[in-house]
Amino acid sequence: MANAQHAVAPLGGRLVTPVTVVLAGLTAIAGVILLIRFFFGLGAVTNISDGFPWGIWIAYDVMVGSALACGGYAMALLVYIFNRGEYHPLVRPALLASLFGYTLAGASVIFDLGRYWNVWHLFWPGYAQINSVMFEVGVCITAYIFVMWIEFSPVFLEKLGLKDVKRKLNKVLFFFIALGVLLPSMHQSSLGSLLVVFGYQVHPLWQTVLLPLLFLLTAILLGFAVVIFEASIVSVGFKRPGETPILASLSRIMYWLLAVYLVVRVGDLAWRGALGAMFVPGFEAAGFWVEMLAFAAPLWLLASAESRQRRDRLFVSAVLLMLGGFMLRINGFLIGYETGPGWHYFPAVPELMVTIGLIAFEILAYIVFVRMLPVLPKHATH
Amino acid sequence: MNLSRRNFLKGTVAGGALLTAGTAAEARPNKTMPPEALGLLFDSTLCIGCKACVAACKRVNNLPPDPISEEFPMWDAPLDISGSTFNIIKVYNSGKANRKDEEVDGYAFMKQSCLHCVDPSCVSACPVSAMIKDPVNGIVAYDPDACIGCRYCVAACPFGVPRFQYDKALPKIAKCELCRHRIPDGHYAACAEVCPTGATLYGKVTDLGVEAHRRLALKPGEKTSFPRGRLGGPDWSYQGVAGKYVQQVYGEKELGGTQMIKLAAVPFDKLGHRPLPERSYASISEGVQHTLYKYLALPAVVLGVLSVVAKRNTKHEDDDDDSSGRGRK
Repeated sequence: MANAQHAVAPLGGRLVTPVTVVLAGLTAIAGVILLIRFFFGLGAVTNISDGFPWGIWIAYDVMVGSALACGGYAMALLVYIFNRGEYHPLVRPALLASLFGYTLAGASVIFDLGRYWNVWHLFWPGYAQINSVMFEVGVCITAYIFVMWIEFSPVFLEKLGLKDVKRKLNKVLFFFIALGVLLPSMHQSSLGSLLVVFGYQVHPLWQTVLLPLLFLLTAILLGFAVVIFEASIVSVGFKRPGETPILASLSRIMYWLLAVYLVVRVGDLAWRGALGAMFVPGFEAAGFWVEMLAFAAPLWLLASAESRQRRDRLFVSAVLLMLGGFMLRINGFLIGYETGPGWHYFPAVPELMVTIGLIAFEILAYIVFVRMLPVLPKHATH
Repeated sequence: MNLSRRNFLKGTVAGGALLTAGTAAEARPNKTMPPEALGLLFDSTLCIGCKACVAACKRVNNLPPDPISEEFPMWDAPLDISGSTFNIIKVYNSGKANRKDEEVDGYAFMKQSCLHCVDPSCVSACPVSAMIKDPVNGIVAYDPDACIGCRYCVAACPFGVPRFQYDKALPKIAKCELCRHRIPDGHYAACAEVCPTGATLYGKVTDLGVEAHRRLALKPGEKTSFPRGRLGGPDWSYQGVAGKYVQQVYGEKELGGTQMIKLAAVPFDKLGHRPLPERSYASISEGVQHTLYKYLALPAVVLGVLSVVAKRNTKHEDDDDDSSGRGRK
């Protein structure tokens, strides 16, 4: 049973519903704001400044967005590398969400780049600056987006009935699966490395040479959490039977990985003598406590095999882990980032609307895809 | 199941250990000063706050005025370096602020502009080689034609120097480039050229360092000669008195050194210059990155292993698909 194929099928159903209309509306608002941004500069719609040159478009849309899109990576790691075939039904939906998450995170970078027309320089040898962490991140994420579309292409090929092409692709797919595991391991850790060069500007609660490891571990954790979160939402939202047994089993792996992460995280703070900083009142300590409690609570919520069978605990744990990963990144890039006195940042309303519009578009596209393409496991016979 | 879980954890721990080993490994050392490094010596005790340097900088770099606000558009009075100001003179104020160069009840001037680090974070951060450190004179130059506007340099600079033009549709990064565009016609940094007191002095960094230490060795109030303009240029020196210097040349050691060095009579942290370690952040960052990715050796090995494992674990799927393919024929 380890590698059993499972049947997948399009969900079908109406595409125009109140939900999709609202999502489309939010997407359109974001589009208008982006037009303003391209005509009048980033300052016209954002609150970023020289003290906070990166706002939520980078900290959330890219850093958090790509980490939340690690479901496909985490499941591929589990199914194809650790040979846990029983999780196979979770691969496609996770991969689809990752595809959107990453493609949009990649595309949204264009909104934030001041000189976006030069973006191809990232991939042009004459300009490449290989010492730059940003270079690694940019090239690696782009490569991963392509790899994911290849990984996902069997879905399109099935839809189009191109079985021969699909069979040929299947012969080499293992290589793309391997790449699809390697590339996120590289760039998710590098997203953490981005902070290393900031030096003292990043608060001691987050400035460590272990940042790459912390970001990598949390990216995988978030991948698992998102899979559980999405499976729960999908089963409720599309009124399908839940997949609790498989999720319970998945959550056990997540649980042990979480334990490893917390040991590394706290051990690193102790090793650097930074533990005391969490007791100094301020935004940094507050941000730290939210982050750490969000990571620690699931360790308690999922401690026993019985509690891992409970859908509510699984769901809450998944949400908490997503919050923890969100906070780690927001803390590192915004709350724990301090250039000097006098600089403040909180996203402007139009800036927020663009981020909300991106999320709305992502959900909208997901709905359209699962209704029209064979992504979700067939449950009709149940 | 248990065995698999243990395997999974083992894999995770091994991966972590690899990363940890990588990050713990010795990073590259700081870069060293280029042979003909050019720079500035700013002596806070000589600065009279006339801002001739601010105006000259704007003139030679074609920078627009920075009015205080829309309400008061009649003065070019930048409050900080920005997308339209590369150089500024700031003032430290304390109590009654009636004595120059005193920490208590005094005031003191400080110049803020690019320090042209020996091992610059902006150069290390830039993904597309838009920030370049000249290998000979060490000037950190900006190339807008290469720049993608990601602002990683703005975020990374420990001195808060590169700035960005947030109000433009086609923006650039803005920073002092030590008037490198004026070198071919025999000119040098406009701020030093126009400074009436020699508070900003241009020259080779080694010569500037010698001059800085000469001043530190003087007794406060002692008569001495202060050069103006550039060291090694025409003699524009004048007689003045030595200030009560803080015994520190800021920029000599900070983050591996900068090509702009500073003297002051008020402690530097009061003048907006925090104490910094000698190890450059660029060297730490690149150490982490290169240990993980040097020659892509580690990723290549990992990819090889992953490919073998993935091929083995997807074998059944191939078979399934083959049979379905046969079925179709």
